[in-house]
Amino acid sequence: MRHLIDPLDFTRQETDRLLELAENIIQSPGAYAHRCGGKILGALFFEPSTRTRLSFESAMLRLGGQVLGFSDAGSSSASKGESVADTIRMVSAYADIAAMRHFKEGAPFVASRYAKIPVINAGDGGHQHPTQTLTDMFAIRRRRGKVDGMTIGLCGDLKFGRTVHSLIKSLVRYENVRFIFISPEELRVPGYIVKEVVEPSGHRWEEARAMEEVMPELDILYMTRVQRERFFNEEDYVRLKDSYVLTPEKLRAAKPDLSIMHPLPRVNEIAPEVDNDSRAVYFEQAKGGVYVRMALILTLLGLEKGILDGEEA
Amino acid sequence: MLNIDSIENGIVIDHITAGRSMRVYDLLELDKLDTCVAIIKNAKSEKFGKKDIIKIEGATDIDLDVLGFIDDRATVCIIRDGKLVEKKRPRLPQKLVNIVSCKNPRCITSVEQVNQVFYLCDEKAHRYRCRYCEQEYKK
Repeated sequence: MRHLIDPLDFTRQETDRLLELAENIIQSPGAYAHRCGGKILGALFFEPSTRTRLSFESAMLRLGGQVLGFSDAGSSSASKGESVADTIRMVSAYADIAAMRHFKEGAPFVASRYAKIPVINAGDGGHQHPTQTLTDMFAIRRRRGKVDGMTIGLCGDLKFGRTVHSLIKSLVRYENVRFIFISPEELRVPGYIVKEVVEPSGHRWEEARAMEEVMPELDILYMTRVQRERFFNEEDYVRLKDSYVLTPEKLRAAKPDLSIMHPLPRVNEIAPEVDNDSRAVYFEQAKGGVYVRMALILTLLGLEKGILDGEEA
Repeated sequence: MLNIDSIENGIVIDHITAGRSMRVYDLLELDKLDTCVAIIKNAKSEKFGKKDIIKIEGATDIDLDVLGFIDDRATVCIIRDGKLVEKKRPRLPQKLVNIVSCKNPRCITSVEQVNQVFYLCDEKAHRYRCRYCEQEYKK
């Protein structure tokens, strides 16, 4: 039985196929409207989430399936001290597939060991968020048509940002990618990501402290939020936060076909005036998340077979 | 001078860092053996000054994988018919199960009753990562 716990659980070919399926769903949504009829998604959100939970629910409903679950640990049996293993054993009897968000890192992995149904990691603490990574990859694919040969700037909190680490792990599986890590000294990309992921892959990488320095070189700019709670003093936070506000002025030096991405939610790292720039991809990126999750549900339930080969959906 | 008999058939774990023999004994679960086991602490060593030695009579099928993690300085000598037939240095095991615990308070292992599993991610630097949360464990 397949699960999606880590972004690398799917090979590059499997990922490409899944994204192709997501594209197909966008083109012909009606063909998929009843594909999951009679199936139930267990949405097990031990931690509150708006975007991810709603997009999972929307994905299942758009496939003709149904959803049950809870949206915080307080309304689940976890508040009575039930283990993750026992919870998923029980849910395996009630649902056909489960999406789990948990505040404990590794909880969805534990669930996958005891589940009788496919388990999707919908975010585990500060660890992994593989469906966000698939969503990011889908946005790149839709906007750029390819990943190979891209110069990708990752900007902001590169130390604690789980989406950044997962995205880097996925991107290194493509050819000739150049990474530019733009961050304050305090939030540099962790050494192990460079040593264990980027360098063995042979891709070029460099670091920058100011986005203006590298703006003209970028094909993709992936912005992240600099998180206040990571700083020891407010002064440092204010100084660093202001250096990573993307404005129309800073974009003047950028390529006309730059793609500006952000996993959302944003606070102030992208000025609202940028929203109307044709290079802003982030809302389109978030919308794609529903289709990616539809493709993922179909794939893990084994209901995608034949669709891309021209068989009637 | 303390004399411990040589063994005819079995394993001698030599050059254990002085003071670590009891940890080796525990983690190799030598207490479960019903054969003769000798623990020699603070033996004289030309190379290191002091060392510990464990002699295990009669058993050769002990899982020694974890030894490389506890003490990569140790050597393992296999004795048959009173002769040394093989001498090897243990390698770092690819996986550790219930040897060390994850220190990450956000890790699921802090609340769920599951095995503590670490896998080797960097042999040169002796670095391991938690299978659940990927938190690094450095010796």
